[in-house]
Amino acid sequence: MIELDQITFAYPGDAPLFQDFSWRVERGEAWAVLGTSGCGKSTLLNLLAGLRLVQSGQVRIDGAPLTRPRPQTGLIIQDYGLLPWATVRQNVELGLRVRNFYGPDGTHAPRGYTPSLAVDAWLERLGIAGIAGQFPGQISGGQRQRTAIARTLALRPDLMLMDEPFSSLDAPTREGLQRLMLELWAEQALTMVVVTHSIEEAAVLGQRILLLGKAPNRAAKIIENPGAAEMRFRESDDYGRMCRLLRERLEEA
Amino acid sequence: MKRRNLLLAGIALLALWQALALALNRPILPTPLAVLAALWRELTGGNLLAHFLASFWRVIASTLLAVFTAAPAGMMLGQSKRLDDIFSPVIYLLYPIPKVVLVPIVLLFFGVGDLPKIIIIYLILFFQILVLVRDSAAGLRPELIQSVRSLGAGRRALFRYVYLPASLPAVLTALRQSVGTAVAVLYVAELFATQRGLGYYIYLNGSTLFNYPAMYGGVVMMSLLGLGLYFGVDVLERRLCPWKTAA
Repeated sequence: MIELDQITFAYPGDAPLFQDFSWRVERGEAWAVLGTSGCGKSTLLNLLAGLRLVQSGQVRIDGAPLTRPRPQTGLIIQDYGLLPWATVRQNVELGLRVRNFYGPDGTHAPRGYTPSLAVDAWLERLGIAGIAGQFPGQISGGQRQRTAIARTLALRPDLMLMDEPFSSLDAPTREGLQRLMLELWAEQALTMVVVTHSIEEAAVLGQRILLLGKAPNRAAKIIENPGAAEMRFRESDDYGRMCRLLRERLEEA
Repeated sequence: MKRRNLLLAGIALLALWQALALALNRPILPTPLAVLAALWRELTGGNLLAHFLASFWRVIASTLLAVFTAAPAGMMLGQSKRLDDIFSPVIYLLYPIPKVVLVPIVLLFFGVGDLPKIIIIYLILFFQILVLVRDSAAGLRPELIQSVRSLGAGRRALFRYVYLPASLPAVLTALRQSVGTAVAVLYVAELFATQRGLGYYIYLNGSTLFNYPAMYGGVVMMSLLGLGLYFGVDVLERRLCPWKTAA
C-alpha cells in the first residue's frame, strides 16, 4: 500500500535524515516506527501524510505518487490537534465539515462522497458521547485523544498514521487506548503506522517494527513481532523477550 | 463581578457626587438629581438624543470598518511570515503614534461631516485589531495547523475553520482595550468642524451657553456610550467565545 522508493529528505541547511531509503507497508499491516529523538521518525510520518515532500525518490500510496495530504489518510498527533474553541462534537465533525466545504472534488474529499455530519456512532464507539458538549480544555488527555481518533475515523480512513499518540497519558489510560486502537485496527480493516519512542508501545502495537537509528537512515531495519495483535500479548513471555530485543537493537542503532 | 456589587459601586459613586455637590454648592457642580432632570429635559425636549445618535453612529461605523479590514489583514500577516517581514516594520513605526494628534490633519483633508471622525476612530481600532489578530494567528501551534491540514483542509478551509475562529477572541480583546480611547478621541474630534455629536454638545453647553446641568447630561451620555460599548464587547465575548469562560 505504501512504497518509499529510494527517498532522500533533509530539512533546509541540515544533513539528510533519510538517504536512498526504501520501505514497504502492505495493506492491513500494523507497523510501529521506533527510534530515539532526532532520528527522523516524526518526519517519516509527515512524509507519509503528504505534509512534507521528499527531495528525491518517491512516496507512493496505492501506486500513486503522494504530493499532498490524501483524503483517506488519517493523522493523529500527540496533542494540540484539537480546536480549543470547538466542542468535542464539533471537533469530531471537523473533518466532515472540511469535506462538505469543498465537496467531493477528489483532492480534499474522495470522489463520490455524500456530504454528512453523522458522528454519533463514533462518539458512542469512542466513549465520548457523554462529553460531546464540552471543550478540549475541560476534558482529560485520554478523552482528548479519543476525540482525535473519532475525528479521524469519521472520515473512514484506510490508512491511520499516529505520532506519539499516547505519550503524554498516564499508564492505565495509555494501555486502554492502545487496546482500543488494536480493536479499531481489526474492525475497520485499517493500515496503521504508529511512531513512538517507547519500546513497550512499539512491542504492543507493531506487528512489524521499523527501527530508525542515527541520521541518515539508509536501509530499513525491520523486526517481526507477529504476536502484537493478540489481546493478551502484554502479559506473555514473548512480549518481555521482544522488549529486551528492541532495547538491545535500539542501543546498537 | 457580581451584578449586586456593580450596583452598589454605582450607588456609592452617585452618593459621593451628591456629597461633593452639596459641599461645594456652586453651579459648576450640579447634584445628580439636577443633572438627571436636565438629562430628561434635553433627551425628550432638546436634541441631546440626536447628538448621541450622531456619536454612536460614528463609533459603530468605524468599528465595523476596522473589524472587517484589520481582522483579515491580521490573519494574512499572521499566517505568512514573508508578508509579515515586509509589513511589520511599517506597523512598528505607525502603531505607537497617538492617533489623536492626527485629528487636525484628517480634518484638513476630509473637512466637515462624519467622515473625518470615522477615519480617526478607525485608525485607532485598525492598528489595535491588526496587531492582536496577527499575533494570535502567528501564535497558533503548528501541530494544530498540520492536523487540520491532514483532514483535507487547504488554505480556504484553514481560514474558515482555524484562522477565523482563532482570531475572534483577539478582535474582541482589541475592541475592549481600545473602545475607551476611541470614545475619548471621538470627543476631541467632535470639538472641531461639526455641529453634531456629544463632543460638540458638551462644549457648546459648557463654554457658550453656560448650561451646566445640560453639559453634565452630555458627559453622562458620553460615559454611557463608552460603558455600553464595553458591556457590548463583554456580551459578544460570552456569546461567541463560550470556550474561554468554560475552560
